[in-house]
Amino acid sequence: MTSIPCVELRSVSLRYHSDGKPVHALEDVSLTVEQGEFVSIAGPSGCGKTTILRLVSGLMPPTCGQVLIDGQPIVGPQKRVGMAFQNPSLLPWRSALENVLLPLEVVQPHRSQFNARRKAYEEEAHRLLRIVGLDGFADKPPYQLSGGMQQRVALCRALIHQPEILLLDEPFAALDAFTREELWGVLQELWTVRRCTVIMVTHDLREAVFLSNQVLVMSKRPGTIVHQQIIDLPRPRTLEQTFDPRFVDCVRQIYDKIGEVRQ
Amino acid sequence: MSETLRLRVQSFAPPVVAIALFAAAWEIGCLAFNVDEFVLPRPSVAFASYLKWQSAIWPNALQTLMTTVIGFGLAIVLGVALGAVIGYSALMYRALYPLLIAFNSVPKAALVPVFVIWFGIGTIPAILIAFLISFFPIAVNVATGIATVEPELRDVLRSLGASQFDIFRKVGFPRAAPYFFASLKVAITLAFVGSVIAELGASNNGIGNMMVIASSRFEVPLVFAGLMVVAVMGIALYAVFALLERRLAAWAYRSRSV
Repeated sequence: MTSIPCVELRSVSLRYHSDGKPVHALEDVSLTVEQGEFVSIAGPSGCGKTTILRLVSGLMPPTCGQVLIDGQPIVGPQKRVGMAFQNPSLLPWRSALENVLLPLEVVQPHRSQFNARRKAYEEEAHRLLRIVGLDGFADKPPYQLSGGMQQRVALCRALIHQPEILLLDEPFAALDAFTREELWGVLQELWTVRRCTVIMVTHDLREAVFLSNQVLVMSKRPGTIVHQQIIDLPRPRTLEQTFDPRFVDCVRQIYDKIGEVRQ
Repeated sequence: MSETLRLRVQSFAPPVVAIALFAAAWEIGCLAFNVDEFVLPRPSVAFASYLKWQSAIWPNALQTLMTTVIGFGLAIVLGVALGAVIGYSALMYRALYPLLIAFNSVPKAALVPVFVIWFGIGTIPAILIAFLISFFPIAVNVATGIATVEPELRDVLRSLGASQFDIFRKVGFPRAAPYFFASLKVAITLAFVGSVIAELGASNNGIGNMMVIASSRFEVPLVFAGLMVVAVMGIALYAVFALLERRLAAWAYRSRSV
């Protein structure tokens, strides 16, 4: 019995014009992500990894091919999707808590209940902030938070409306190594609690292996998927495990693949 | 308590000292070079004239204040509306910006006689001039604030399926708020200039009108007293908007110590 995949791309290609020059970003990309999976996409710079996220989020339509969520082709942005970007992109005039609440002010059905249920929503936001270790920072404006803290707030914001699919675009790329590795643990815990489907774009192969069930490697532009690696390591994963030969082996294999496509 | 008092003094002392020094230099300069009162009255003489004519000055001052505030209010409403439109739509920006520049390049004083033909002598030409002169900076600043919204912030809302109006409300408008308040501080002083210019030739009351009458009687100290009253009202309203700005767009001033 085959179930309907949560996210599916069917021979998706994307061409667009940037400054008058045609850009061939994606060529014949097909992939399926099952409900509850954590999939990472790695590949050389500019290979269209971010573009895949923009397609799944509905921010951009494909030139040809189909993007399906739960078997339905998507048209326009999806409320079932939560997204976190490379930059935290918090609204600077809102406190951490108000930033986390933002999706609830926009997405239905929360939107029409927002004023009536504000207390409950705030409690949920506080709960998420507690999970990511920002207890007591709820009322701080973004500029009083460090980069890592801002990114944690952005993660909470991406999750508050209980999306089925979480899209992460190099969420930890701008952080120092220690903060980044700490947040892997935070993200793993959030994912374990929520059991949502995650698609993450990353340059960091250790990050990809640490968090994912499946790592996809893309070619140079026009990007297409050239390698799929199942990560079968036990969970919950710990930072200790990253020194385990099996872990290192996984990273090595993906590293070699990317080396090949960069040639 | 004494700490807050000290901070108060620290924030008020520099401008007060600057104004006092300016007045002193003016006073001493006039005395030293023996400047005729008819040419440039000393501040103390102008102030004496203010005290003497107080009861005549205040009704005129309030008239000027009223025309200024009404014209300025119109400028806020229409400036924000137009600023939002051209800030949002690149097409409207391209279409309307040259026209806006053209309007702003017209010397407002030259429009006074035209308005007198249309509306007669009185309050309306003064309101319109105050409006026209303060409208431009508000519209341009609001447009800039909205047009420079970071695409990332817009994407955050777009990815949630927010409508254009949602994006304006949640991102565009708050993002433009610091620009808007900055423009108000410029525009309010311009609005005073506008209403006084109009009153000079096209009104039967207001500070501008009083100054014309005073100068025709060679009461130069009274002319300067009028100018001072306008300046003080300008400072007062500027302070009101500076305070509002601090309150409502505080996030944009995070790194500056008060």
